[in-house]
Amino acid sequence: MTAQIVVNTQNLHKRVMSPEGELTLLQGVDLSIAAGETVAIVGASGSGKSTLLGLLAGLDEPTEGRVSIGGQDLFALDEDGRARLRGEKVGFVFQAFQLLPNLTALENVMLPLELAGRHDARQVAEGVLQRVELTERASHYPKQLSGGEQQRVAIARAFAPHPQVLFADEPTGNLDHRTGERIIDLLFQLNAEQGTTLVLVTHDLHLAARCQRQLELDEGQLQAESS
Amino acid sequence: MNHFSLALRHLHREWRAGELMVLAMALIIAVASVTSVNFFTSRIHQALAGQANDLLGGDLVYLSDSAIKAQRVARAAELGLQSAKTLEFPTMVLAGEKNQLVALKAVSDSYPLRGQNRTAPKLFAADAVVTGGPEPGTVWGGSRLLTILGVDVGDELTVGNIDLKVAAVLTSEPDQSEGVLLNIAPRLLMHTDDLPATGLVQPASRIVYRLLLAGDAEAIGQIRQEWEPKLRPGESLLDVQDARPEVRSALKRGEHFLALAALVSVLLAGAAVAMATRRFISRHLDNCAIMRCLGAEQAMITRLYLIQMVVLGLLASVVGIAVGYLAQWGLMFFLAPLAGIALPAPSLWPVALGLITGMVTLLGFAVPPILQLKDVSTLRVLRRDLGGLQANALTAYGIGILAFMVLVLFQAQNLKLAAAIVGGLLLVLLMLALVAGGLLLLLRPLRKKGGAAWRFGVVNISRRSGHSLVQMVGFGVGLMALLLLAVVRGDLLSEWENRLPADAPNRFLINIQPDQLEGVRDFLRAEGVEPPLLYPMVRARLEQINGKPIVPGELKTDRAKRLVAREFNLSWAEEVQSGNAVVSGSWWQPGDHGKSIISVEQSLAKELGLGLGDTLTYNVAGQLFTAKISSLRRIDWESFKANFFVVAPPGLLDKYPVNYITGFYLPAEQHAVLNRMVQQFPNIMVLDVATILNQVRDIIEQVIMAVEFVFIFTVLAGLMVMYATIHATLDERIREAAVLRTLGARRSQLMSSIVLEYTGLGLLSGLVGAIAAGIIGMVIAKQLFDLVYLPGPALWLSGMLVGAIGVGVAGTLGTRFVLNQPPLKTLRGA
Repeated sequence: MTAQIVVNTQNLHKRVMSPEGELTLLQGVDLSIAAGETVAIVGASGSGKSTLLGLLAGLDEPTEGRVSIGGQDLFALDEDGRARLRGEKVGFVFQAFQLLPNLTALENVMLPLELAGRHDARQVAEGVLQRVELTERASHYPKQLSGGEQQRVAIARAFAPHPQVLFADEPTGNLDHRTGERIIDLLFQLNAEQGTTLVLVTHDLHLAARCQRQLELDEGQLQAESS
Repeated sequence: MNHFSLALRHLHREWRAGELMVLAMALIIAVASVTSVNFFTSRIHQALAGQANDLLGGDLVYLSDSAIKAQRVARAAELGLQSAKTLEFPTMVLAGEKNQLVALKAVSDSYPLRGQNRTAPKLFAADAVVTGGPEPGTVWGGSRLLTILGVDVGDELTVGNIDLKVAAVLTSEPDQSEGVLLNIAPRLLMHTDDLPATGLVQPASRIVYRLLLAGDAEAIGQIRQEWEPKLRPGESLLDVQDARPEVRSALKRGEHFLALAALVSVLLAGAAVAMATRRFISRHLDNCAIMRCLGAEQAMITRLYLIQMVVLGLLASVVGIAVGYLAQWGLMFFLAPLAGIALPAPSLWPVALGLITGMVTLLGFAVPPILQLKDVSTLRVLRRDLGGLQANALTAYGIGILAFMVLVLFQAQNLKLAAAIVGGLLLVLLMLALVAGGLLLLLRPLRKKGGAAWRFGVVNISRRSGHSLVQMVGFGVGLMALLLLAVVRGDLLSEWENRLPADAPNRFLINIQPDQLEGVRDFLRAEGVEPPLLYPMVRARLEQINGKPIVPGELKTDRAKRLVAREFNLSWAEEVQSGNAVVSGSWWQPGDHGKSIISVEQSLAKELGLGLGDTLTYNVAGQLFTAKISSLRRIDWESFKANFFVVAPPGLLDKYPVNYITGFYLPAEQHAVLNRMVQQFPNIMVLDVATILNQVRDIIEQVIMAVEFVFIFTVLAGLMVMYATIHATLDERIREAAVLRTLGARRSQLMSSIVLEYTGLGLLSGLVGAIAAGIIGMVIAKQLFDLVYLPGPALWLSGMLVGAIGVGVAGTLGTRFVLNQPPLKTLRGA
């Protein structure tokens, strides 16, 4: 049985203009990620990892090529259409956590549910916060939380709407090693519980090794896959 | 969940985080300043509209400078109208050793036909409505008069040749009539029946006669139709439309001025809103990018922010309106006594205007940039350096200024005036910005001097020059308003008073009858006072110029209209009076006495377009005479002596009713002389210049205090600009402080640099405000007082001191917590 392809790219190119002339960030990337898979995108700084992640999530537009999520061609949609799609199918965990500073931990988790118009936002968010063991900290603001706690809130926020795909950009980049380990454990646990497709960008090979597949980017090109 | 409740939740969260405080405060100040002024003026308008008939004392008033003819009363009775008569003139009253000039009003039985008097049974007792006026043999005096004279109800006052008993304290009368806004002389009400016995009504007395009519609207219309076309100069008809014209015109001017002062606050508040919005946007870029990542569409983001802004605007406006309503009591306190009318509750218009002000200010200054938020790049969540929005000055301020223009238009109700106000304000702001910019340039060389704290403080002012400029102008405007009123006003008044010669006459005697001339001279001589020159005065109305009747409507200036509307005091003299100089033509020779020639003061001649050889026809008590202009004179008005616009040679005016006037200097210790004089010559009026000047000064002070009160909002708005600007740079400052502390800067060093920066900024703002106040003061001095005013050190020093302390303390307090942030946390979060 062939697993359903959730993330797919074809001949993905990204070029930008720089003072030195045209710069190629991504060159002909083709990849397919099946439902429930965990995939790490690795590579040195400047290899194009974040650019690829941005394109996969529809945060940026490619110069050439296609990206589809759950069978939907991302760039056949306008920006609002992509936002809608993200709201329905995609979750994010960022290196810098990206919590809204004026919202409490609970409110941050509620936010994607509220934006989707869910009436049960609070109950669902409380449940997920409990899952990441932060019930006590629900009414704290991000600045009152440690880095690890902030990232746990971010993970809770990402999983709360039960996304089909979760994109994580260097999720341990701002954390010490031990905290990073615990965060990754949590991420994989939740991922397994929800059967989410995980796409993780990292330069940490140890972390990458925990994924089922590792894709290596070098100067914008996808290298031979190792698994 | 709908967007509205989501937006409300967001609003609640933003508010909790203190993000919207500056926006809300700025709006509240703008709305409060506009509504306080409008609540107050609305109450006066309501009074004028609702009580117009009462304010007139009747439905129609016939006004004349000569006695009311019996035919008029008879005609009114024939048409079934009620009528009442009043006579009003200034005179002296006595109580024991004390005397006082009063505005005497004698009223007939049926007075007032509309509205009611209010009296109190004792000084300072509670008052109540009474019907009718005082009984014959009694008077009602205002509390001010009774206090000055040291009498109360039951005591007697001498009015002319008779004594009248004070029967009540007059607290309010419906037709307070002209001069109330400058009511130099307190009111005394008596019955017309007592008037003949007083002997005060003399042929040349300046008396205003009124015939009050009330009744059927048709009959009133009929009378109006019959009398109006036949009115001669000196007569007029007033109906409700004309009630209290002095209050109306003073109100109109006052309203414009107060509204302008309020609008300055709105403009500053707008700048504060724009500033606060910049910080709001920079802090919300990430939020928007995240929300876009989490699935929010652009339209949703726009709707969320728009709903938040509209709700915030409404809430802030409501609070502002409430504050404005409370603040109008402050204006009432200063101004209501001057208006002298009972004020009803305000209309709802100020509420609407408050809402409009709040919403337009917010929508104009905050919403256009906020609407750009939806355009933030979602990629910003991965790379923070991406997707910042270009601050567009045109959207930030251009639309705001347009919105402001709409508000001004609402207030001014006149496009040209609105454009002039906005243009003028922008010009002042531009001027301030130029001065501030110049000062910033001067600061540059100082960057190289001093220690690290000094250098950092100074560098901060000139490095954030855009912010510094806005702060200096914003706070400078507030300070300018205060300095103008607090320092420049005092300087100007004392400058003006200093210019009066020390021996300038301080007492004037008016209404001396021809048969009293010798008596007055003898009396003064007996009292050891050198008798001054007594000038004859004949009251005449100018009716024709070069044989052509004057049509007031055809005169170009308001002054010209006023000049021909009232009666002239003509005089005669053999020689040119001291302080006068003939500038063209020639003064008469003894052989010219009795000829029909006159000498005219040059500014009057200019105003009426008169020249040598032109003829003027005057009406004196119904008789016409014509005279040719044989010379023009320049008069030194500042000598404060009795002077006349039109002087004739002896022999021309002798046959008309005449009285005499004189002015002389009387040292304060000889004041008792005048008490004795008034006792002996009760019809003579004594004007005490010093007292009058003091009273005028008191009234000006009161008006200025009201304006200062409104300017408090301007200063608050200036402070909000300051605060918003500090706030806008706060994130940047926190990061800088963290870096500096990591590099080894001590807390005390950073603190000194902050104190230095804000104190320096305040000093400069104060200087900007002082320079602006000084320049405006110089213009006012030249235009209004014809004075050369040089701003003194008090202005500079107080400006810089207030600025340095105010901004220094506010800025330091506002920024202090920058130092409390742990550097590591700040740097990590960056």
